[in-house]
This record gives sequence, structure tokens and C-alpha cells, in this order.
Amino acid sequence: MANNITLQVTRYRPEQDDEPTVQEYEVPLRKDWAVLDGLNHIKDHQDGTLSYRWSCRMGICGSCGMTVDGEPKLTCATFLTDYDPGPVRVEPLANFPLIRDLVVEIGDFMRKLPKVKPWIVRDDDMPISEGEYLQTPKQMEEYKQYSMCINCMLCYSACPVYGLDPDFIGPAAIALAQRYNLDSRDQGASDRLDLLIHPDGIWGCTFVGECTRACPKDVDPAGAIQRYKLTAALHSVKALLFPRGAR
Amino acid sequence: MSTPTGYTEYHPRWHRTRLGTLWWLRRRSYLVFILRELSSVFVAWYVVYLLMLIHAVGQGNEEYQRFLHRAANPWMVLVNVVALIFVMFHAITWFNLAPKAMVVRLRGKRVPPAWIAATNYLAWTVVSAFVAWRVLGG
Amino acid sequence: MSKRPIEPFLWLLFSAGGVLAALFIPVLVFLFGVAVPLEWISPPRHEHLLALLRNPLTLAVVLVVCVLALFHWVHRFRYTLYDGLQIKHLNGLINLFCYGGAIVGSAAAAYVLWQIP
Repeated sequence: MANNITLQVTRYRPEQDDEPTVQEYEVPLRKDWAVLDGLNHIKDHQDGTLSYRWSCRMGICGSCGMTVDGEPKLTCATFLTDYDPGPVRVEPLANFPLIRDLVVEIGDFMRKLPKVKPWIVRDDDMPISEGEYLQTPKQMEEYKQYSMCINCMLCYSACPVYGLDPDFIGPAAIALAQRYNLDSRDQGASDRLDLLIHPDGIWGCTFVGECTRACPKDVDPAGAIQRYKLTAALHSVKALLFPRGAR
Repeated sequence: MSTPTGYTEYHPRWHRTRLGTLWWLRRRSYLVFILRELSSVFVAWYVVYLLMLIHAVGQGNEEYQRFLHRAANPWMVLVNVVALIFVMFHAITWFNLAPKAMVVRLRGKRVPPAWIAATNYLAWTVVSAFVAWRVLGG
Repeated sequence: MSKRPIEPFLWLLFSAGGVLAALFIPVLVFLFGVAVPLEWISPPRHEHLLALLRNPLTLAVVLVVCVLALFHWVHRFRYTLYDGLQIKHLNGLINLFCYGGAIVGSAAAAYVLWQIP
């Protein structure tokens, strides 16, 4: 194992650059270092002007998503030794506008997320005196996988449909809608349906499957979307046949 | 460097990259995806071919023989060999992906996706065997 | 009712077509596209095929498979044109060409099968 590895990092300073450029840095190649550790080393010892997002450094906050050697990854979970001898290309997360260096604009997702109502929707709230909503372990299994989403947006970065058409609501939003639709405590499935059966909702998805491949938490958004397509399609058939009884 | 519109100290100019027309060549998984989608073209081609065959059969033995003769043309065989590859690709990817859309529960437990895929392949074998048997004289 | 209630039904057609195409088409391509022309197996006798096609059940299955397979192609092709060539702004034209083509193809299928003596 060599002593160092080269990181080729995208730089973009809008106050002086028209286009992003690439800057090379050499960082120590330590056995337990992730790409994020390499970036922190650069910022601490070599170039304090490098801008990037990170927080928990353990794969739960979803802040440090970037494109490493062409693949969307959490930089805290991607180890430098896997890229030995390098060089390693570190670019900002694809399919998002670039603000500076490795920092992308995530406002689009932030605006889409509340639209799918990612919270328990009830027609009738139980009074506090009656206690909690009870749920069996089996009921929790129904949606547990989809609750693992950390909003890291690697799936949006991997999805070609989102790259081609930013109006597409995207994998994470649909997976999160499913997380609540499948929750036994929730009664809001029909509310979410109205938004998601729009052509920019689930029907934009062509089941490429890249979102599931990119997901660091095994949420399987592609599976969630396909299941929801079937549910929504059957719901439309029912609505057609029994206009009054469907809802 | 010109000052772009909308650039201020507190709202930097965002850089947007357009995906480009050849985005699907950039990654192997994207290319495989596009090929999978294009397999539908060969499905449509074979529907046309099948209808031409059926039409020839309907027109009498002479037409049928003429059709068989045209089918034996090396270029036609080549097209159909390619069609066979793509149609098989469609079938295999379809059966492998179908379990994702359906969550089947048997006595409360979720059936593993591999079982659903296996059922699909079994159905495929049965249908193919039956069709071959009927067509070849059964 | 949403703005575009037709999309779910098109997806169901696509799915049904996909299943039928996956089940029926490979063996047929193999038989009539490869095996018979290459003389790996002798071609079925004309009288046999005619008798087969006269059976109303066979006719029904063939028609359903052909029509749904065409609609499967059309749906997939439409999205591939959007994604591959990025011509979503030609939406109306693409829909006309695609679904029009599928309807024409289905009509042709019905006509051919109707013509069997």
C-alpha cells in the first residue's frame, strides 16, 4: 500500500470561475480513512478554501453525498483503500445545481418532500387519554425498510429520469410516501395518491433501478415505486368501475 | 469575466450541467437499461412477423411455402436471431424484476422474491412447452 | 379525478403486455424465426397450422397476445424516446405516433385473424 493517494477534486468558485475546474491534492493513504477523511485533511492542512458538506461521519445524517469515481456515494462510507492506487475523482452530487466546490443546491428535494405529506395523517385523532396508537411488530415490518431513508439524495443523483427532467418527484419522495402509506397508523393514502398519480409522480419512473443500487441504507426505492404503481393502477381501475365506493 | 445576472454575494451563480444526449453510454447499467427498453422493439417486430405468417397460412399452402422460403433468407434469419436474443433478454429481466412490484403473503409471511421469480420461470417453461407441442403437431 | 387519469391504465396494458410477451414470444421466435428456417426442425404442415388457427381459443389467445404486446412496446418506446432522445416537448406527436401505431397494429391483427378461412 502506497503512502499517499491523489484526490482530483472539483473546484467551483462562482465569484471568479465560469466553469468548474479540477484541483489535485495528495492525501495520506491510511487503512481506516474514508474519502471524507481525505477531504478533511485537505481542508485542515492543505487548502482551507475547499467547501463541502458533512456532519455525522457515520452514514446516518445524509449530508456527505458526492460523486466518487462516477458513482454517487456517501464519502464517510467510501474507503480510500478501495481506490488504491488512485487517483480518485471527487465531484459534487450529479443532477443538482452546483453552488460552490462540492456543495450542491438541494432545495428542489426539500420542496418536494413536504408535498408527499411524510407524516402520519389521520382523519380522526385519538384523544391523548386513550393512549398511543398500537402497532404489532408485523405491522412495523410492512414499512420499516422504507423508514430507513436518510434523505441523502444519492438516489436522485443516480436516477437518469430525474437528471433529464427535474420535475420528476423522484425516488426518495415516493419511498417516503410509501413508508407512511404502509404504516397501519396512517389514514392519508388517498391524499398522497392525488399528488403521486400526476405524470411527474410515479408514472415518470421507468424502473431503471439505479436508485436502489445507489442507496446506502437498502431502502429499495425502486421496489417501493413499482409496488405503488400497482396499487395506484388498481385504485384507478376501482375508481373507474365504482366511482362512489373507491375512496 | 462578466458579471452574470442574479449573482450577488449572498446568492452565488449556480452551475447547472445538462445531461447530454449520450447520457446512457456513460455507465454500463444505463446502457443495459436502454437495451432492455429497446427489446420491446423486437417484441413488436415479431408480432408483425407472426401476423405475416398467419396471413400466409390463411392464404393457402403456396403462400405458406413462400413465407417459409423468405424466412430462410440469411438476412431474415439474422434479424430473427437478434430478435430472439432481445426477446429472451426481455423475458429474463421481466421475470427477475416482477417480484419487486408484488408483495405476496402466504399465511402471514412474505414470500421471498426468489420464489416469485421461480414461479414465473416455471410458468414460462410450461407455456413454451405447450406452445411448441401444439405448433409442432400435438 | 386527477388531470391525467389515463396513465394508470396505459401502465396496466404495458404490464399485461410485458407478461404475455415474456411468456409466449420467445418460444415462437425460436420456432418460426430460427429453428424452422435453419431446418433444425421440419416445418409444421400447412393443414395442421390452419386447423390450429381455426380453433377459436387459439385465435383469441393470439389476438390478445399480439394486441397487448404491441401496447407494451408502445408504452416502453414512448418513454425511451423521452429519456433517450430527450424529445419530451414533442409529446403530442409521440403519443399520436405510438398509440396510433398500436391501434393500427391491433386492427391489422384482428383483420388478419378474421381472414382465416
